[in-house]
Amino acid sequence: MLGKLNLQALQHGPIVLGAQISIVLAGISVIALLTYFKRWKWLWNEWLTSLDPKKIGVMYIAIAVLMLLRGFVDALMIRAQQATSVGASHGFLTSDHFQQIFSAHGTIMIFFVAMGLMFGLINLIVPLHIGARDVAFPFLNSISFWLFAAGMALINLSLVLGEFSAAGWLAYPPLSGLAYSPGVGVDYWIWSLQIAGVGSLLSGINFVVTILKMRCPGMTLMKMPMFVWTVLCSMIMVIFAFPILTATLTMLALDRSLGMHFFTSDMGGNPMMYINLIWAWGHPEVYILVLPAFGVYSEVVATFSRKRLFGYTSMVWATASIALLSFIVWLHHFFTMGAGANVNAFFGIMTGVIAIPTGVKIFNWLFTMFRGRILFATPMLWFLGFVVLFTIGGMAGVLLSVPSIDFQVHNSLFLVAHFHMMIVGGVVFGYFAGITYWFPKIFGFKLNERLGRYAFWCWSVGFTLAFVPLYILGLMGATRRLDHYDASLGWQGLFAVAGVGALIVGAGIGFQLLQFVVSFLQRQQNMDTTGDPWNGRTLEWSTASPVPFYNFAITPEVSDRDPFWAAKQANQKPDQPHYTDIHMPKNTPLGLYIAGFSFLFGFAVIWHILWLAPVGLLGVIACVIIRVSDDDTGYYLPAVEVAKIEATSKRRRYA
Amino acid sequence: MTELVAVSTVHHDAHHQAAPKALFGFWVYLMTDCVLFATLFATYAVLHNNVNGGPGGRELFSMPFVLTETLILLTSSFTTGLAMLAAHRNAKKQVLIWFGVTALLGIAFLTLELTEFRHLVVEGNSWRRSGFLSAFFTLVGTHGLHIATGLVWMVVAGAQVARQGITSATLRRLKLLSLFWHFLDLVWIFIFTIVYLMGTLPL
Amino acid sequence: MSKKLKLVGFLLLSLGVVLLVAGYLHGHSIAVLNPQGFIANKERGLIVTITLLMLIVVIPVFALTFAIAWKYREGNTAARYSPEWDHNRWVEAVWWAVPLVLITVISMISWSSSHELDPFRPLRSANPPITIQVVALQWKWLFIYPDQNIATVNFVQFPANTPVDFQITSDAPMNSFWIPQLGGQIYAMAGMSTQLHLMADGAGSYRGSSANLSGQGFADMKFMVKASSATDFNSWIRSVKHSNHNLTMAGYDQLAQPSYNNPQAIYSSKPLNLYGTILTKYQPTTSTMGLQKAPQSAVSSSQKGNMN
Repeated sequence: MLGKLNLQALQHGPIVLGAQISIVLAGISVIALLTYFKRWKWLWNEWLTSLDPKKIGVMYIAIAVLMLLRGFVDALMIRAQQATSVGASHGFLTSDHFQQIFSAHGTIMIFFVAMGLMFGLINLIVPLHIGARDVAFPFLNSISFWLFAAGMALINLSLVLGEFSAAGWLAYPPLSGLAYSPGVGVDYWIWSLQIAGVGSLLSGINFVVTILKMRCPGMTLMKMPMFVWTVLCSMIMVIFAFPILTATLTMLALDRSLGMHFFTSDMGGNPMMYINLIWAWGHPEVYILVLPAFGVYSEVVATFSRKRLFGYTSMVWATASIALLSFIVWLHHFFTMGAGANVNAFFGIMTGVIAIPTGVKIFNWLFTMFRGRILFATPMLWFLGFVVLFTIGGMAGVLLSVPSIDFQVHNSLFLVAHFHMMIVGGVVFGYFAGITYWFPKIFGFKLNERLGRYAFWCWSVGFTLAFVPLYILGLMGATRRLDHYDASLGWQGLFAVAGVGALIVGAGIGFQLLQFVVSFLQRQQNMDTTGDPWNGRTLEWSTASPVPFYNFAITPEVSDRDPFWAAKQANQKPDQPHYTDIHMPKNTPLGLYIAGFSFLFGFAVIWHILWLAPVGLLGVIACVIIRVSDDDTGYYLPAVEVAKIEATSKRRRYA
Repeated sequence: MTELVAVSTVHHDAHHQAAPKALFGFWVYLMTDCVLFATLFATYAVLHNNVNGGPGGRELFSMPFVLTETLILLTSSFTTGLAMLAAHRNAKKQVLIWFGVTALLGIAFLTLELTEFRHLVVEGNSWRRSGFLSAFFTLVGTHGLHIATGLVWMVVAGAQVARQGITSATLRRLKLLSLFWHFLDLVWIFIFTIVYLMGTLPL
Repeated sequence: MSKKLKLVGFLLLSLGVVLLVAGYLHGHSIAVLNPQGFIANKERGLIVTITLLMLIVVIPVFALTFAIAWKYREGNTAARYSPEWDHNRWVEAVWWAVPLVLITVISMISWSSSHELDPFRPLRSANPPITIQVVALQWKWLFIYPDQNIATVNFVQFPANTPVDFQITSDAPMNSFWIPQLGGQIYAMAGMSTQLHLMADGAGSYRGSSANLSGQGFADMKFMVKASSATDFNSWIRSVKHSNHNLTMAGYDQLAQPSYNNPQAIYSSKPLNLYGTILTKYQPTTSTMGLQKAPQSAVSSSQKGNMN
């Protein structure tokens, strides 16, 4: 009846028990608060069933922040274990538990933090940037988000029921095969990624169509804001990369669930093929994450330097070539497989070549600042932190791209330090900058600057302190993922320093949370009444803050790359507006239901619950049929209504 | 300050752009499906010799059988075309008839495919036998799964047409459906060539 | 606190950190930067060369970043402000060209070093090479000396200044065979035989380990490497042969069972063609084709050579 699921699945040690209790307590308090403040209906109508990309974006970011906390606790445990598990002492984690933790840390940070922050910002900003009211397929967007949420729920469920994968964040076979990982851990990994991954794929389709088909009149491709360009390239990469992930995860699942032999060592399987396939997705994935962050930096630098983005055309070409090149470098993740000198050298050189467009971007940003008037608000600080960390990480990257050097530092902590510098310094800092920059547009008030600066400094200092020792440790011969090492190696001091660094990063996260709370409490002082708190350049700043749900009362028409800036420079007087009815999609809970059934399906396959899997599958199909049979999915907001909303917001803005 | 930039009064209503957006979006989706199949084809190419001491394609595949499957699927593509011609003529009844024929052909194809699978499994050559057979069942099975999805879609679309007639909304959906069906036909041509023809031809 | 004071404080702090790190590292060996073998030596040389090459660009970039950020800060109204200046073909050409030149140079180094230091490529030396077969097990390393007909666990000895031809496979999940002070690593994969050619510069003991996650006992999957004089090596071989501790096939199966933190062990003999047996266990003969598995493995398969 319940497959492999039984009471034993609930048995865990004290650490996991603590996590379970805190999850349950947090859940109960959220439910209690919602009930006490009678907010259930509000939550359902305003958020859970909403098709408004701004709402969906906020929900993405909320989940990403939650998952950042989870992933960070994992990171702290990794640091604590490695700082204490030396010689005779074996730390506070078993090796199996430790391996589950770093597998969960990597998976969560990439799929549910970085991806969540990215899709959150894309949802918030892309429609505004292109002067559109919505995305191309609002319902599909809701499905994407809820699949992301379902994947997140599944991966966290592994804390409560059963176990998580101990095979690393990319679950290389044969270790992740049934022979060496018979438990449900790898299945949790597969299905949470599979569900979230399909969501990402659908988002990719949605935003490519949105950007190519829904730009406002006058916005030719070369007049799009840089952020939109980077998102376009990133989403095109999603379209080409994510089906590979879907197929690869499916094959691993078939190996494990139906006894197939794609990636087994014996019976004609080929584990090396998995490693090729997973990186054929995995390498583009890194650039999928970083390109939109580059886009954020481009917007931030131009706005806070009060100057046009320098070398726009160069930037576009650089972005496109990075996107293209990122598909022909995957083999650099396993030079040490022994593919031979010619193959290794080719992929090594291609990898090095990516440094050229990336370097060009850095120069362009620097020359955007050159002869500008730079205001060092928090987003700009994140940018400067990025330049320093990303350049150091990039140098390590060029070293790693030379196959002969890679043989010496591959799979060592040097590699770990390198990719953390790229992903935290490049991706996460970028999205933090973006959140700070666009926060007033979405919520109507600015974030507290002082606390933002504290957070930035804690992150930068703590991060440097946490990862520079890892470069050194890697060169000392410390491999990654060690739950124990000999005292005689003399590594403990550096691990301790890294641990202190992690704690300082923790303080940074604390300041960020405090920043949200304090800014909310002081929202009256920080209110953005103008709609344009930073003296912005692009279309989103021409609307009120917070943006009305239809984004633009009248579809804008643009003739400049920085349309709002140009309009302000020309001191254009507003025409007497002529409002028309606006077509908007109706809310629907079907996206949520589809994801719920997918969750059930994933859960059933993980635990071999044979009757539940078809239920989940049929549920998904039924929801889709219900949706396509419903022709009443939209409504018109009458022009009179629009005029009323606009008049109110105008009174506020010019008061 | 919305009006500051909004010098245009052109009313760009999202609703009226639904058709081209959906069509373009569907093309993009087909692109992703192509990548999915490409991954499975690549896997098959890598594993097709890993028969693990068991039988390979030459011993297992029956060309007349596969040729029948192929002809059925090709014919179903043709009948889809007839259905679409009827749809553009606004001939509701013919649309239903031709999609009915297409669905029957699709069912016949799936039945044949499952017969082949059953035959293999009964003979002890299931997907557990070798890397080659895992790749074979997955590649061909994924195509079959797509066909099954297409059949469900056909039923739903047929019901809609029966109820609402040929409207701009149903026509749009039929267009996507026929596109999907032709796409599956194309994928099958590749499967036929790479898996069956190249698997049985003497090298 | 004034801005200048802050700056001075920051600089002093950085200096302090650098000194502290330097002091700490003084007493520690950084294996990769303190090579004791032919390959590791060359690899360190590459690390240094390429780092220096990159610094030619990176240092100016850092200086430029802070100079520009400082000069064009909002408060400095004396600085020139050209809000509309957004492109200049020549300037942009320069910064496409500079990284291009740099990467071209690095690419040439990358290409030649990949071939020169290819782990499959035998090393030249006056001394004849020695072959050692390596099997990664859960979670220990088995070393087989085909020519001497002995085997060891978690300990490997060979003569210094002699090329060692490691042939590496796995009877476990994938591992990576790495002796940092002698040279780079290579994967150990079931059913595959990879190669690593190393040579120690002089007598000494080095640490080796698995660099790829392979399950629960992975962290303690390390081994001791001893490079000695040829005489010492020969007498060690003799002593092993006299130890009268045979490795049988049944004994191997026992050894291959998962175990943690294995002690070192020596075996005075080993089953005939043990390495080949382990290798073919995963690779039954196929009806149509030989051993080649994936396109990527083409080289490793064709270079499989002596499997004994």
